[in-house]
Amino acid sequence: MSRLARLRDLRRGNLVVAVVALGLTALLPFGLDPTGNFMNNAVLALAYVVMALGLNIVVGFAGLLDLGYVAFYAFGSYAVGWLASDFYARVNGGKGFHLLVNGFPATLAGIHLNFLLIIVVAVVLCAVVGTLIGLPTLRLRGDYIAIVTLAFGEIIRVFAFFGDDIKFSNDYLLTNGRQAISPVDDITLGFLPQFDSATNLRPYFWFGVVMVAFVLFVNFRLRDSRLGRAWIAIREDEVAASSMGVPLVKTKLLAYATGGALGGMSGAFIGSYYTSINANNFQFGFSIFILAMIILGGLGSIWGCVVGAVALSFINTYLIPALNDIPDKLGLNFDFTTLSFGIFGFLIVLMMVLRPEGLMPERRRRLELTEGVGSDEALVEARA
Amino acid sequence: MEAASVAAAPPVARRRGDTLRRLISTYGLIIALVALPVLYTIIDLVHGRGLVPIADLLVQGISNGAIWALIALGYTLVYGIIELINFAHGDNFMIGTFVAFTLYGTLGLTLATGPLGLIGGLLVCLIVSMIACGATNVMIERVAYRPLRNAPKLAPLITAVGFSFILQNVGILWFGSSQFSVPDLIHSQHVLFTVAGVRVHNSDVLAVAVTIPLVFLLTLFITRTRIGKAMRATAQDPEAARLMGINVDTTISFTFLMGGLMAGAASLVYALYQTTLWYFSGFQAGLIAFTAAVMGGIGNLKGAVLGGLIIGCLQQISDNRIGAQWTPAVVFAYLVLIMVFRPQGLVGEETREAG
Repeated sequence: MSRLARLRDLRRGNLVVAVVALGLTALLPFGLDPTGNFMNNAVLALAYVVMALGLNIVVGFAGLLDLGYVAFYAFGSYAVGWLASDFYARVNGGKGFHLLVNGFPATLAGIHLNFLLIIVVAVVLCAVVGTLIGLPTLRLRGDYIAIVTLAFGEIIRVFAFFGDDIKFSNDYLLTNGRQAISPVDDITLGFLPQFDSATNLRPYFWFGVVMVAFVLFVNFRLRDSRLGRAWIAIREDEVAASSMGVPLVKTKLLAYATGGALGGMSGAFIGSYYTSINANNFQFGFSIFILAMIILGGLGSIWGCVVGAVALSFINTYLIPALNDIPDKLGLNFDFTTLSFGIFGFLIVLMMVLRPEGLMPERRRRLELTEGVGSDEALVEARA
Repeated sequence: MEAASVAAAPPVARRRGDTLRRLISTYGLIIALVALPVLYTIIDLVHGRGLVPIADLLVQGISNGAIWALIALGYTLVYGIIELINFAHGDNFMIGTFVAFTLYGTLGLTLATGPLGLIGGLLVCLIVSMIACGATNVMIERVAYRPLRNAPKLAPLITAVGFSFILQNVGILWFGSSQFSVPDLIHSQHVLFTVAGVRVHNSDVLAVAVTIPLVFLLTLFITRTRIGKAMRATAQDPEAARLMGINVDTTISFTFLMGGLMAGAASLVYALYQTTLWYFSGFQAGLIAFTAAVMGGIGNLKGAVLGGLIIGCLQQISDNRIGAQWTPAVVFAYLVLIMVFRPQGLVGEETREAG
């Protein structure tokens, strides 16, 4: 069989796996309590999958370590907070501004947009923010990029935290800080049953599945495109890529923008799922949580990211609370749930030292990792 | 001929742009750094408050900056030798503050302790917390960085982030997740003396009195001793150093030890200076100190100290004039500005990473 044919087969295989996996996932809610705890965690896991796939584009494909990914979660969520709540109640003389909404939100003051429009806004906003964050890092490489993105993430967290001090006028604050913008509108879409985070989580779940399907499609298509190959070339060797004609500035900025856009999409979804936009959620730890997912699954590996995200979000919600009995039995007095980030940290170190290619490695990435190991020049090469 | 003349035209235009770019990269950062103090000096003068308030802030800034300088030295030493941002360094410093506080209790240091006992006790605290931080740093290097020395550069950085979280959670296990205050053993806010109306507190004197000898000793160690020479050789070219018979692994361990010792010293000063500790202080301190190290030029010891002092001053001005809640944003905005204008720092040379 020719290489091309094999490649085509591989793609078809991915398509089959995706359709089967997502189809089975979509059937899942029928066997479950629509307001149950598992349902709640499953919806969040789907949102984290989208986040992880977005971060995977920046870190996994393009090799730009982004430690400020929480910024996109924040902007996506605030897109919902600003555009689907009564936070700006004085807008339009107190009558409110409504666009393509019906039902209860259409009667409220403040800005209320259709959720699909908000997703578009969040995606565009986060793509722009991603580009802006990317700009100062263009001249930098490696760990410097990590620190600059982290700095941006922290700046945005500070603005989210203390945004209630920033007033455009008396009625228009930037954010509501830790008091949270709440409540935000329940999502209303014609073709799905009414979204209601109190009585029925199924529509959220299905919406999450559709989002994951869309993002998987985007990820696979991008990876196999000219742009995706350029990203991987930059990851492997920036200088070589540049001399082969890969435009570094454009390619890197597109990675930031795409990754950011997907993060914003998921951020908007999580924001409206929580029905409140609280600045406490936008901590640095969240960036690491998502990073741990893609490291667990395998940097650059799309299916790995999906598996890593699902695994880690269930570890977070089930395994760590389950471990809570252990300290008691050992006669120690501490709460495992407060240590969840320590456990993620431990997991990251363990994965990196023992199996840096992740649980479901991408073949190409594994080659990169094992290349040159054990040779005398390795240290020099690693530094150059 | 024609081709040559066509090709000759653009360089002229480009040269003009280059001059502008060079000017910006030389002076842009300095202007950005000076802007904040100058602005508030002018505001003070306009309101007739004179220069004393801003000088007060600068004195506190320098003593505060001395702590950041000690931590920044750890970043810079490690970066100089293996080109890795030791992300866990700030949290290591936090562990040091906890060790120091625990020792207060063990040694029975309270506000009632006499001056002689206090000085002796604090010296013991200083040495123990230095050793604790040094040992932790060496352990982290052994566990998390050495196995990855041949891996792509992203890998050790990611384990560094992981270790940062592990240490933070050790802190949570140790003293819980909320802030707590420690006894103000040295009466840190007591005014020791005034110079032309500018107040100098006990804490200011302490910070400077600990930092200057340590930096002096560190410089001496690196420039005069055999192992210091080995460190410099390894930083320059690890492979050549190995060929010259230098044990590269030991040398790298030593570098981490030195960085940890400095962070340990900073941690005691911080505990005495701030009198409020929590598990997250290390993360914030680490980022501020990293900004200082980058500002000075990472890999450069003098630069780290200079950067620490500058960041200390900027931070004090921002704390008191803009509002303490905005200080992290101000510091990080400076970090981004440095990266844009002058990634090699104020006194650094261009590195491979930030050319």
